[in-house]
Amino acid sequence: MLRLSVPFRQALSRLSPVLMLMLSLGCILIGRADQNFDNDLRTGLNDILAPAYMVFSAPIEAAEHGTGVIGHLFSLSEENAQLREQNTELLQWQEVAMALQAQNDALKASLHYVPSPMPQYSTGEVVADTGGIYDRSVLVLVPPANGDPQNLVGAVAMDGRGVAGRVVEAGARSARVLLITDLNSRIPVALGANGAPALMAGRNGPDPSLIYWSPGQPPAEGAMVLTSAQGGAFPPGLPIGVVHYDAQNDPVVLPLASLDSLRLLRLFSYPDNLPVLTQIPHTKPAATAHHGKH
Amino acid sequence: MSRLPTSRRRQSIWRLLDAAARWVVPSAMLAFGLFLLGLPFHIPGQALLRPAYAMGCVYFWSLFRPGSMPVPLTGLIGLLLDLMGVTPPGLWAVLLIVLQSATFISRRRLAPARFLVTWGVFTGFAAVASLLAWALQSGLALRLLPAWPVGLEILISAALYPSLAAVLVHVHRGPAAVELA
Repeated sequence: MLRLSVPFRQALSRLSPVLMLMLSLGCILIGRADQNFDNDLRTGLNDILAPAYMVFSAPIEAAEHGTGVIGHLFSLSEENAQLREQNTELLQWQEVAMALQAQNDALKASLHYVPSPMPQYSTGEVVADTGGIYDRSVLVLVPPANGDPQNLVGAVAMDGRGVAGRVVEAGARSARVLLITDLNSRIPVALGANGAPALMAGRNGPDPSLIYWSPGQPPAEGAMVLTSAQGGAFPPGLPIGVVHYDAQNDPVVLPLASLDSLRLLRLFSYPDNLPVLTQIPHTKPAATAHHGKH
Repeated sequence: MSRLPTSRRRQSIWRLLDAAARWVVPSAMLAFGLFLLGLPFHIPGQALLRPAYAMGCVYFWSLFRPGSMPVPLTGLIGLLLDLMGVTPPGLWAVLLIVLQSATFISRRRLAPARFLVTWGVFTGFAAVASLLAWALQSGLALRLLPAWPVGLEILISAALYPSLAAVLVHVHRGPAAVELA
């Protein structure tokens, strides 16, 4: 044990709050000046914690599934009838979809349509809710990156039904997805059948709002909201949600993705040949330069 | 204080280990709790629980067992809180240290006071810290962030403290009691 004289120890205990306070303030300032500083710290910590998160979230999931099974037992026959009904309906829709696909293929062939590039994707389990008071984000486990994990930054995260968010930080084992409901999320969208442009802005609540829509063409209640390729950050045509009016002149988007209970997310990395007009935030300058060359 | 003068007893390696383990209990519990609160339980307002829990623990241990919660450790835990969430790193470190310093200053009055008093003072401290967090984050983001989460944060902190204190009192007397090593 280290033996220190009493006055020295007293001085040390008086000084340590001041010193620590200055250190922490320094930390804030460095983080403010250099985005990569806190990105690196956070990614490092997340990569270390990711396996632990997975170990601990597995029993929670098992418990949820378990209670679910017991709950479902009581309504099995009811659910079966409902599913059968839905199944017949879906089969009809399948035929419609196949017919449309055939027609679509024929039309594309006659138009010499250039198909949009196929994205690479990886599926990851949501292991932690890393949001804060003003932030909505989740941590996703990703398979060990083959190559630069920074390739994953900017990937579009979708659950089974729609866009949930976008990868803002990626490490070797984990990626942080900024949800569309976060205050900092701004996504260019196309509304309805004619694809009227607007911007979807997160506002920390459950439903992001629509801003900058053209005054002559207000978004219609129930119109489909799809991603737009404007700005080059998103591929066009991914489903996000539907328009809903909470109040007059205040359209919001009801997201298709169940953002409150995300379990699995698919991360789509789109090829970089989309026009690069917007810098993907939090990308290291070196990585950006590298992307630019290809 | 212990009934037997600690210096009279034999300083075996096991006793030292025991004392060290007991000394670590408060901060380890705090860090592990933060980790657990990060798991996706899908509780509404889960993000607000983490700072409330950290503030409650730091306040309690600074009040009743300051030896086990030295300032550098508080700073590290604040940094952990920042990095597990998405706040600028160092923000909660600053706030927790400020909270701890305020608790140290009022410790002589607060430690023997009734529970209602310590609870009330904690709510006040938590309110100031939450407001400061809001102000700092607004300043760093260069825009006015919505203020309602601050109110919610204060309410959650105040509501969480009694049950948290009930648990921590047991830890204070049992696993964290260095003098019993």
